[in-house]
Amino acid sequence: MNEIRAPFRAYAPGTQPDNDSPQYRSTGLRHPTRPLLKIPQTITELTGPQFSPAHFPPTDNIAVNGTHEAVGERIIVEGFIRDEDGRPVANTMVEIWQANAAGRYNHPRDTHDAPLDPDFRGSGRVFTDSDGAYRFITIKPGSYPWSNHANAWRPNHIHFSLFGAGYATRLITQMYFPGDPLLELDPIFLATADAQARNRLIAKFDLDVGKQDYALGYRFDMYLRGRNATPMEDNHADHH
Amino acid sequence: MQTTTSQTIGPYWHLIEDRSWSDLTRFGATGEVITIEGTISDGAGAPAADACVEIWQTSPTACDEFPGFGRAATNEAGVFSFKTIMPGPVRGPGNTLQAPHLAVTILARGLMFHLATRLYFDKEPANENDPVLSLIEDKARRNTLMARQTKAGVWHLDIHLQGDAETVFFEI
Repeated sequence: MNEIRAPFRAYAPGTQPDNDSPQYRSTGLRHPTRPLLKIPQTITELTGPQFSPAHFPPTDNIAVNGTHEAVGERIIVEGFIRDEDGRPVANTMVEIWQANAAGRYNHPRDTHDAPLDPDFRGSGRVFTDSDGAYRFITIKPGSYPWSNHANAWRPNHIHFSLFGAGYATRLITQMYFPGDPLLELDPIFLATADAQARNRLIAKFDLDVGKQDYALGYRFDMYLRGRNATPMEDNHADHH
Repeated sequence: MQTTTSQTIGPYWHLIEDRSWSDLTRFGATGEVITIEGTISDGAGAPAADACVEIWQTSPTACDEFPGFGRAATNEAGVFSFKTIMPGPVRGPGNTLQAPHLAVTILARGLMFHLATRLYFDKEPANENDPVLSLIEDKARRNTLMARQTKAGVWHLDIHLQGDAETVFFEI
């Protein structure tokens, strides 16, 4: 039995957002209108890209540009990436991107009238260690307005992109900050029906993650799909 | 613990874009080099100009010279493009063989959860018995996954998020 071939588990009901989320206006013309077709997990879905730090060099401190410190409140974010059974997802690439302290993305399409910071590009990449732990240093992102509805503001957030073991474990998410009053007004955060599931997107404030006289810290653990106990029927049929 | 909840990639994901990633031959892969190009449009027929398109292929097998994975942004016209190596068939469930294909993931503003589909190659005889294509009962809709050769080495696929020509998207 080759465990690597066991299919990934279905998502727990209610824990993932519906693409048809009318409160988030941009979904209107972009969500599929026909039911998704359930397909078996084949070698294509059970395997996935593996990134090496040699080809994809890590950048774990994005709060500094050479010797220039970015403007804003420096923070350390760390956590574990595990599967649903608690197994570490080791050596996996974690990509992050975010607005600067003023709530402005270093992006040509961001027209918000808040200052850009020449010392903050706002993107980075790290790899988990053998325990599935990751850590990076950044600036606490600011809130910013968006055009979804009248006086709409996004809560402070950091975008995360994860791959995990297979094509089927791809995850794009956002990390939020505890105590943010905008969370209960945000249609993106609220698009997930299960309140417990969406509340897990809120990082935990943790002084021990921070560093004295240097930065405050937040802990944000993420979980990728676990595997079913039963391997695929064609487990033995390895023609390669 | 349950799988972490997905959130949209949003309109500013280009901060992690590296344009070289759209070329899967950049680490020195050899084989039949092909260009994959296509468009993404929304329910009003407007181009999705801020989408992230990712491809993954298990043939040829990923190695130091060939990542098997690519990422490209759509431009103002909703057009994306990749350079890669033509895949061969790979094994499927049971004793089946899958026709040459690429897994395609679409992430964008307005998508809370990424969309999964595949790209197959038009006129490939193995398509007839492909175990995934065969699951699409309406045979006309199988064409929504079929890239067409526009010139030597160039394959084109239009992806429709909604509408009469809506692409078949998968639950994996």
